[in-house]
Amino acid sequence: MTKADAIRPVIVGAGPAGVRAAQTLVAHGLRPVVIDEAPRAGGQIYRRPPAGLAQRTARTLYGFESTRADAVHAAFDALQGRIEHLGDSLVWNAQDHRLDVMHNPTRSNRRVPYSHLIAATGATDRVLPVPGWTLPGVYTLGGAQVALKFQGCAIGQRVVFMGTGPLLYLVAYQYAKAGVKVAAVLDTARLADQLAATPAMLTQPAVFAKGVYYVGWLRAHGVALHSGVRPLRVLGDEQQSRVTGVAWQDGAEERTLACDAVGFGYALRSETQLADLLGCRFDYVPLHRAHLPVRDAAGRSSVEGVYLAGDGAGIMGADAAEWAGERAALALLADNGVAVDTARAAELERRLHKLAGFRRGLERAFPVPQDWAAHAPDELVICRCENVTAGTLRQTVATAGADELNRLKALSRVGMGRCQGRMCGVAAAEILAHATQQPLQQVGRLRGQAPIKPIPIRLVPAEGADA
Amino acid sequence: MTMTAHALLHRVAEKSGREAVPFTLDGAPASALAGDTVLTAVLTQCDQLRRNEFSGLPRAGFCMMGACQDCWIATDEGERLRACSTFIAPGMALVTGKNGA
Repeated sequence: MTKADAIRPVIVGAGPAGVRAAQTLVAHGLRPVVIDEAPRAGGQIYRRPPAGLAQRTARTLYGFESTRADAVHAAFDALQGRIEHLGDSLVWNAQDHRLDVMHNPTRSNRRVPYSHLIAATGATDRVLPVPGWTLPGVYTLGGAQVALKFQGCAIGQRVVFMGTGPLLYLVAYQYAKAGVKVAAVLDTARLADQLAATPAMLTQPAVFAKGVYYVGWLRAHGVALHSGVRPLRVLGDEQQSRVTGVAWQDGAEERTLACDAVGFGYALRSETQLADLLGCRFDYVPLHRAHLPVRDAAGRSSVEGVYLAGDGAGIMGADAAEWAGERAALALLADNGVAVDTARAAELERRLHKLAGFRRGLERAFPVPQDWAAHAPDELVICRCENVTAGTLRQTVATAGADELNRLKALSRVGMGRCQGRMCGVAAAEILAHATQQPLQQVGRLRGQAPIKPIPIRLVPAEGADA
Repeated sequence: MTMTAHALLHRVAEKSGREAVPFTLDGAPASALAGDTVLTAVLTQCDQLRRNEFSGLPRAGFCMMGACQDCWIATDEGERLRACSTFIAPGMALVTGKNGA
């Protein structure tokens, strides 16, 4: 038996990073287990509708990305029989080279042992709350896109998209193309930000051109685009049961607009809970305004045998995820004495490195509003699970002296609800940093805890499972 | 006013050629389409999934991708389903708390 035969690789996540990682391992004779929360591979960006919703073409579903989406789906489909695919399955714990995995539809649990693990856990929207964001009809930008792509539904009939980031214009475009009235796009970034970022963005001319195209298309189709805004609130009816409009600050002027739904977000944040459970070292990364698991250029984490790929370890986008997934798999193979194409590995690293400049440009073009915490009113709900307000957080800082995020969590319950800080963590850190007048990296990060997502108290052992 | 006048989600694609899936919503008969999530099935007919335990105000999900945990809905047996990542199945009996339940 060669060393490679003793490897039990597990890949968590079947988006572009996980799929390319799996493909690479299979190409070198390994049979990885691929675990993903979705029933079908593709991740969020290339998420596939359920089998029965097959009327739309890839072009309609994925736009300019349809060729890439098709390629990732085809690559995964070709792995059938050569991997063990655990779809609809949540990894909720990791300990001693074993993962606890719950199959969602049957609520059954199995323990999956691994010798090596590639975490490709992806991202969700980065949220900076605005008063009224808990109203029914307010969704993340990613959520608005999932409704359309995965379910053929729009979140409303007259929709405002607001926040910032590349997704802002993409989702607005996709909605308008689907025949939905887009009442306005409200971008917190200023036109000047976008102009200043242009040189860096032009390092990826095709991606830049797409962004320009969406903006141009929206403008040509009469969609109101406002930049440099500050969202003030989402307006609701008397019962607080639905959205009736949005209010925002435009220079000195407060403006309102009627709508029945809002999609909002400020680019993306990494899903790092699994890396945390695995004991990976985290560092603060200014570009991402986040603490992220450390990885080398090949994707090796600080923990031997654990590799990180894709947006789960820092937002770099879908193309980078594919390259990073392949690169991490090559590293895993090489670390186990399997001969790999070193020129290919170097080429992938070169591409990833080159993308870093573009990524900085994106952050320049769509900066997270630095004054968000200063403007957040005391009554603003930060934690939507347990309705913890900005005022409560500030009071906890003032009276209990909390100056670190986990301490603030212990005292105020922010981040302790069912989402475990996925929706409120970014905002809570910003509020805490502002209230304590510390730089963001000083306030720390919410520790991940098992189970990393809610599971039923009673889990049934899966057929043939070893636990 | 019909139920659909209160719907939060609106079908804009994949509207035909799918089997109907009967279920009940707050005790009343309702119909979804095969391939709908519980979230889609409910919010194409009404405007909430549940009420927040702390504010008592209606909620209808937020992230649609299994992260925010805001779209849990109860069944009439008290089981909780995460609506965005659970598919509707025939005979499901879902309770939104809309009628003050």
